[in-house]
Amino acid sequence: MPGPLDAVDPRAAVVEDRLAGVGRIVAVTGSKGGIGKSVVSASLALAWADAGRRVGLLDLDFTSPCSHVILGADEGFPGEGFGVDPKDTAGVSLMSVAFFAPEVAVPLRGDEVAGAFLELLAVTRWGELDLLVLDLPPGLGDIALDVVRLVPRVEFLLLSTSSRVVLGSVERALRLLTGLRVPVLGLAENLQQGNDQGVSRLGASFGVPFLGALPYDAGLEDALGDPGRLRATAFFAAVRRLAGRLSG
Amino acid sequence: MHEFALADAVMKAACRAARDAGMSRITSVTVRVGELQQIETALFEFSLSEVLPAGDPLLEGARFVVEAEPVRFHCRVCDLGFGRGDLEGEGTDDALEAMHFIPELCHAFLRCPRCGSPDFAVVAGRGVTISAVEGEDSPDAGPT
Repeated sequence: MPGPLDAVDPRAAVVEDRLAGVGRIVAVTGSKGGIGKSVVSASLALAWADAGRRVGLLDLDFTSPCSHVILGADEGFPGEGFGVDPKDTAGVSLMSVAFFAPEVAVPLRGDEVAGAFLELLAVTRWGELDLLVLDLPPGLGDIALDVVRLVPRVEFLLLSTSSRVVLGSVERALRLLTGLRVPVLGLAENLQQGNDQGVSRLGASFGVPFLGALPYDAGLEDALGDPGRLRATAFFAAVRRLAGRLSG
Repeated sequence: MHEFALADAVMKAACRAARDAGMSRITSVTVRVGELQQIETALFEFSLSEVLPAGDPLLEGARFVVEAEPVRFHCRVCDLGFGRGDLEGEGTDDALEAMHFIPELCHAFLRCPRCGSPDFAVVAGRGVTISAVEGEDSPDAGPT
């Protein structure tokens, strides 16, 4: 009879099961903060839902979650059954730590971020989805590395602006992801104001498709929290085109 | 009720570990349940023993031992070690519920009783851990 095995964290064993009913998993990242990853993630999910796709959105920015604000989600805890049910928000199945800890600071160190992520992966019941969007926090830290390590079939969408500061950071992310042979769907430019070709040139230098530009839209801020108004913005029209290219 | 999901994770992880170790049958699984996550022990044990094992023949006749583990914190700022009993109050119902779902949210709701910092480590009693899987060798298992 073999001796007792060492201590095992059971959660990783069910991640694949929990995501078994999900068709594609798209992780939206961009290395730098403030470039619109969350607004693009939530809008992409909304655009896909509008097109009749079954879509989930997981907000992985645990210390500064905002997907619930962008989509105007109801407050309160998610439902609980065999696991935890995402909240239906404007047709998107949304999961966020903000549902559990609204309006309080959530100061987490790296291993605590990783623990919260694994817990959510293990207990969230996504059911059948065509697409699941992962809204990543800035940087290539614990969440990005755990997405690569734990999430099966994940594909990355990288966002950049034309700022040299952002481009340099996205270039490093591209170097890492392509080096790890992680699928990269492409690169999109956000907050576009001019006609700089820097983002498309960066994509070309890595052989990564340039998926288009999302314009800076002064009316976007006022539309946040109201999916109806969000859909009416020029920004969302561009997101719809991006969603079409990604699912085409 | 997400105890079912955690019990399901325990089952699958135990079976995976047993197969990796060349076991043909699991005789017992010992699970530590940390105080911080406030698992409903009766529901968790019911899920382990009555509801889920039918999914895997490896678990036929397996015994489940659930052990409670007190939570222990260590403040990274003032170096104080403390437990749940050292905290003022138990937190609001919503805070307890949040930590039940995601124990790491203790950093949003609890503070070091000496210096007030949220920067503490949970050194024991966080959540659900399998502490031992015991079983019988598979007849065709090679030497280990």
